[in-house]
Amino acid sequence: MKDLKTAGQATDLPEFPMQRACPYEPPEGYAALREQSPLTVVTLFDGRPAWVVTSHALARELFTDERLSSDWTNPRFPVTSPARGALQKHNVMVGMDRPEHGHYRKMVIPSFTVKRMNRLRPRLQAIVDERLDAMLAAGPPADFVESVAVPVPSIAICELLGVPYADHEYFESETRKLVIRTSGEIAASALANLRAYLDKLIAVKEAEPGEGLVDDLIADQLHQGRIDRETLVKLCTIMLTAGHETTANVISLGLLALLRHPEQFDALRDDPDLVPGAVEEMLRYLSIAEVVSRVATADFEVHGRRIRAGDAVFFTNSAVNRDPDAFPDPDVFDVRRAPRLHTGFGYGVHQCVGQNLARAELDIVFRAVATRLPRGLRLAVPFEEVKAKGPAGPQGIIDLPLTW
Amino acid sequence: MRVTTDTGRCVGAGQCVLAAPEVFDQDDDGTVALLTDSPPDEEHENVLEAVQRCPSLSIALGGA
Repeated sequence: MKDLKTAGQATDLPEFPMQRACPYEPPEGYAALREQSPLTVVTLFDGRPAWVVTSHALARELFTDERLSSDWTNPRFPVTSPARGALQKHNVMVGMDRPEHGHYRKMVIPSFTVKRMNRLRPRLQAIVDERLDAMLAAGPPADFVESVAVPVPSIAICELLGVPYADHEYFESETRKLVIRTSGEIAASALANLRAYLDKLIAVKEAEPGEGLVDDLIADQLHQGRIDRETLVKLCTIMLTAGHETTANVISLGLLALLRHPEQFDALRDDPDLVPGAVEEMLRYLSIAEVVSRVATADFEVHGRRIRAGDAVFFTNSAVNRDPDAFPDPDVFDVRRAPRLHTGFGYGVHQCVGQNLARAELDIVFRAVATRLPRGLRLAVPFEEVKAKGPAGPQGIIDLPLTW
Repeated sequence: MRVTTDTGRCVGAGQCVLAAPEVFDQDDDGTVALLTDSPPDEEHENVLEAVQRCPSLSIALGGA
């Protein structure tokens, strides 16, 4: 039976992660990997061989397998770029295994329940309307990323956490340095800056409590001795950064996909009640959280391969969500598909904690897009000029110039 | 159909509430709250979807 060493002896192992050619399509090489085997071998930027999971069935099986660890402090935990290495010491909740993971996750889940998100909807609607009004009033051309896709989730997560939105330019630019392929030094200094920012904010809030999840965590966890200050800073940093780049990318790529599939855009315009299902289809089709990393902590056999403790294992959500065994005609973007078992938010205990905030935001944004934007809406530049972000970090586009 | 849930395992993703809101809710602590442990026949499909979608495998089904 092949292990990583013997399976990886083939010459010309594909490099991983790969670059998207089209911003909303998986890198072309991922389908080829899946056709080879649901579990194949690739090589990382530092030459390390790694397993890659590309089939939907195997991904669902292994996402819930506790022999695959999320522990970022494990010296064998794999990284996809030097910048990701800088995050390794920043482990709280994400980057932890059971039971520590659950201890911290349970501190934040009360703020993200389906009920709480439904109560937020009127406020989210007001944020979206305000941004769209401003974009339409200013007239074409407009950059949809700057006008809507970035500010909507940014304002929403700031209000939920109790972080002043006035500071958004600072923490958005620092967050960007963390998620793009950059040097370890730049990422480490960006992370230090974000932590210093939140440390200061926590001190201000301790003196003068406000409203939001950060205030709740100070009162219910920090002051009750359930979390230490340094860990609270880490947790708040993760909540602030994770809520930004991700949803913004689905909003901008989702509109780009609609513009490239006008019959699907028309379907939403004719029946906006298709939007919730269309949002699930976007999460599947766009799979912006393309790569998820794990390290094996035990030797075990799966799919005729021997995984050994210390092996790097990656889930490739964009390939998993285009698996024809799980989704018929997987490369067709169909707003009526309403897929239920996609891994757009991951799967297993680390599945996105903010997913129902993201769903509410996406639902409101795309209902507004379907009902309020003019029929003549189109790209203001040739499609080929809309560039994908790099292969490390969440997938997305830098800008989306529109006219109408 | 008999439904049991494990609030210790639950990670509060809310998938069950989306799949079968007549059967599942979330408590104030964010973890699963069972509205009924013996849902009517017309809810069975939704409950099966909830079982499949639950990321922490916290929902189990028993016999009648």
